[in-house]
Amino acid sequence: MTLANPGPGGRFGEFGGRFVPETLVPACVELEEAFTQAWVDPVFQTELGTLLSEYAGRPSPVTECPTLSEELGLRLLLKREDLNHTGSHKINNVLGQGLLARRMGRKRLLAETGAGQHGVATATAAALLGMDCCVYMGEVDVRRQELNVFRMRLLGAEVRTATSGSRTLKDAINEAMRDWVATVESSYYCLGSVMGPHPYPLMVRTFQEVIGTEARQQCQDLLGGVPDVVCASVGGGSNAIGIFSGFADSDSELVGVEPAGGAAVGRGVPGVVHGSTSYLMQDEFGQVLEAESISAGLDYPGVGPEHSYLAATGRARYESVTDTEVVEAFQLLSRTEGIIPALEPAHALAWVSRERNALSGRSVLLNLSGRGDKDVGQMMEILA
Amino acid sequence: MSGPGAVETTLRERRDSGGRGLVPYVTGGLGGDWTATVQAAAAAGADAIEIGIPFSDPVMDGPTIQEANDRALSTGATPSGILDRLRGLDVGVPLVVMTYYNIAFRAGLKRFAAALAGSGVSGCILPDLPLEEVGPWADAADATGVETILLAAPTTPDERLPLICERSRGFVYGVGLLGVTGVRDELASSACTIADRLKAVTDRPVLVGVGVGTPEQAVEVSDHADGVVVGSAIVQRMLDGAGPEGVGALVSEFREALDYAF
Repeated sequence: MTLANPGPGGRFGEFGGRFVPETLVPACVELEEAFTQAWVDPVFQTELGTLLSEYAGRPSPVTECPTLSEELGLRLLLKREDLNHTGSHKINNVLGQGLLARRMGRKRLLAETGAGQHGVATATAAALLGMDCCVYMGEVDVRRQELNVFRMRLLGAEVRTATSGSRTLKDAINEAMRDWVATVESSYYCLGSVMGPHPYPLMVRTFQEVIGTEARQQCQDLLGGVPDVVCASVGGGSNAIGIFSGFADSDSELVGVEPAGGAAVGRGVPGVVHGSTSYLMQDEFGQVLEAESISAGLDYPGVGPEHSYLAATGRARYESVTDTEVVEAFQLLSRTEGIIPALEPAHALAWVSRERNALSGRSVLLNLSGRGDKDVGQMMEILA
Repeated sequence: MSGPGAVETTLRERRDSGGRGLVPYVTGGLGGDWTATVQAAAAAGADAIEIGIPFSDPVMDGPTIQEANDRALSTGATPSGILDRLRGLDVGVPLVVMTYYNIAFRAGLKRFAAALAGSGVSGCILPDLPLEEVGPWADAADATGVETILLAAPTTPDERLPLICERSRGFVYGVGLLGVTGVRDELASSACTIADRLKAVTDRPVLVGVGVGTPEQAVEVSDHADGVVVGSAIVQRMLDGAGPEGVGALVSEFREALDYAF
């Protein structure tokens, strides 16, 4: 492990914490204890390791991109989380949390979803483990990600539409938390990113560290060392934390790429929402602003607290890209390497492409966190 | 700080006289006549009044208060605007602001506490700020004499209740059920249970809210508690356009039912 553990109360420096209604505090305490015990239990480790390899298809490969590398004038490597079962890195987290929920005797998984990747992954884990599943999704996202809505229902999950506020990920989290407040004794809240109240940021990071651990070894084999740059898209930030974790103690430069319309680190100031203190897009009075991004998975005004900490300490830096740049990157990778990326990791690629001169001759490891099947319908309309 | 503040003093007096406390909730900035609604609620017999400062992401609130929040925000309600309207509004009973922590955090804790005190607000409820996180805010509030009211929930373990009661000021807010704010058909048994559990460990006034929506439910739970907080039922009247008179009439119904029973 190369990222520092949070201090008491789940603090990453001044960020993090556990800002939830009293009703949920005991559940967070119970979860912290259950996770801490499970993580050092060989039985749990074996169960999780087996599922990750035999069900999810890990390890995911690292792919060299000769054509695109030549076009950009750098050496691009992709960590292929898009090849996981369910099509993204989200499966790493939900298998861990699903097993934990079962250990804790819970029968119902509760989740929020933006693009639907975490919702699909949670519905998958619920189907696999024989649990009920309820996924909250913003009305706007239900419309632009109808394929994933169908997928979740096919997997046996109930999809509930969040119609409040901006009707995107932020509001889906609000609704999921309200459900959790009412069903805390029977439901397990399977949060999808490195956000929320302690222990979620630490726990989700721990389940995603497999990305960085594998990638570190794969880079050693391919490059004989670490890449010059490690980059990933950042919404809540779980795929980025996952890959950063493998290189935090190295000389690799760590770069998180946010959507311009949801740049919590880039445009936010510290605030408290959804359980933790972190950078947050908000107005002068503390009202949370609505993010606006082409990518439903990054359409979120906040960010996981550890990213705020990494930004504040300078260990990672955070850049932003526009929707237009993302659409170009989406096509670029499809055309040059035969890999259709999800819109989320297309943000990281958009940054690499834009900064190609500055990155000239350097090795860049990009976390390709998901595949683009879910976005094809939306892109057909945009590119028509 | 010496001695209890205005909220606790008022509620203790009500209890000592054998009665039960009644604290209705009014959404600040909802409609042009919301301050008149506050005055009407006071005139109708409220012991204290909660003023909701709308927040964009109220995770403890159900559909009624969410809608009230959205309407108030869409017509330009701001924390400072609401506090400005409260300043000099002498309603004769203590006022308690209820909002979410980010509103205070963004303003700056000392500045927000001073703003409350400067507007004549006696107490503050921040439902997403639990005991472990309340320190910095509670210190700032104590320094200005603003009473920080903490919540205890049906899920709160026994050993934690005394700690919450000790840190709470004004009263202890017993959450009546597992769930968000909103009117329910029947009073949850957990409402009476949390009141009993709190009364067993504290001398501070214990009020129950969340899921207390009718005078009958208020009477039922007040057999166990020192009084009630009534939110969504009141706010629904505001949303329905009942105006200050309509809200005042509803508060009177609660007052009369409690006074008749106790």
